[in-house]
Amino acid sequence: MESNHFDLIIIGGGPAGLTAGIYGARAKLKTLILNEGTAGGQLVLTHEIANYPGIESTSGYMLGSTMARQARDFGCTIRSNVRISNLNLNDAIKEVEVNEKDQYSTDAVILSPGGRSRTLGVPGETDLKGRGISYCATCDGDFFQDKNIIVVGGGNSALEEAVSLTRYASKVTIIHQFDHFQAFPHAIVEAEQNEKIDFVMNSKITEFIGEDRLRSVTIENAVTGISDKREIDGVFIFIGYVPNTEFLKGKVDLNQWGEIKVSDELQTNIPGVYAAGDCIPKKVRQVTTAVSDGTIASLSAANYIHQKKRDLVAI
Amino acid sequence: MLQTNLTHILSADEHKQFIEQNENVMICCGRMGPMCVPVYGVMEELEGEYEHIEFADMEFDNPEAHVIRNAPECADFMGLPFTVYYKNGKIVKATSSIQTMDQIREVLDEKFNVIVEN
Repeated sequence: MESNHFDLIIIGGGPAGLTAGIYGARAKLKTLILNEGTAGGQLVLTHEIANYPGIESTSGYMLGSTMARQARDFGCTIRSNVRISNLNLNDAIKEVEVNEKDQYSTDAVILSPGGRSRTLGVPGETDLKGRGISYCATCDGDFFQDKNIIVVGGGNSALEEAVSLTRYASKVTIIHQFDHFQAFPHAIVEAEQNEKIDFVMNSKITEFIGEDRLRSVTIENAVTGISDKREIDGVFIFIGYVPNTEFLKGKVDLNQWGEIKVSDELQTNIPGVYAAGDCIPKKVRQVTTAVSDGTIASLSAANYIHQKKRDLVAI
Repeated sequence: MLQTNLTHILSADEHKQFIEQNENVMICCGRMGPMCVPVYGVMEELEGEYEHIEFADMEFDNPEAHVIRNAPECADFMGLPFTVYYKNGKIVKATSSIQTMDQIREVLDEKFNVIVEN
């Protein structure tokens, strides 16, 4: 029977996790990547990657698939679409349970669970997803030809996507919870100069209304507290990302935003446990920075594992 | 053609044959975009597990995909992918936009009455 012990287990199969897997397997570590989604993470959700050095232009799907294939070719095992049901990181030999049945043990763990699009979390949002509520302008923009829509958010994504949606929609209203935008000035100017776009500041959507499809929303003004109902054909939500670290609460130190605290070597507060990618605090979240994190975390983990093995021999 | 490892349905005729010749069918109709790719990934993962179900994709922009785009069950859909489940050639469930593995499992287990242990 094949052993369920791995030198290194990586939780998360985005660019950071796959890079860590490539480096781990190349360092002759028996390496397992456990991934809750599709191998490639958020990378596979990107239509075009044009700024990854050495590759002039490719799709996120192709780049992610190639990274996964590279990792496998170097001997890394990848299990995708699994759920981490239990995790013990404190002991020298760490344990990971998957899907409430498969048990794995390991000398070191790299946490790279990435992040996901933030949702508003208000009534009606889940039921009307795909029926008027969308999180992807590129995917669903053409369903809103000549429609009256709302874009929620105040960052670069929200403003840039609002502009791109004016190719389809007859009118785009940007709703933002603050009195100013967080986007770069050029993105703000472009949105302000677009005749199809208007703005509702200091406001938020508190309810989505509709049965078979979205019909209206309730908008609350944060200053006056007054709510009003607005008929609408569609709502696109771009309000940033949250780290997928809920399952790590109480297991490693997280900051106030749920990001995993790490040292320069990307070690967490627990020896032998490292973190990489969008789940750690940083200002720039790009494929290149995730790949960098994966490299550092994997080499740090390899040093830790080799030292641990040398110590055992010495005893 | 979509860049997936699923069976590709390329025409309305193929679609008709596929749903008529297989009792339990799941077809994801989409593009290679952020909401669609994760669903293909889940389907590829489940394909080996749910042997009683045939999994396939169909490109949304293929004119022949009108068989899914214009299905009454998809009339109110405004988000890709359109995922349609057939039993004995009839639609028993259709979903719009991205779905998680758990959500897809729930539909498969409910509509096709095949419980697979995780």
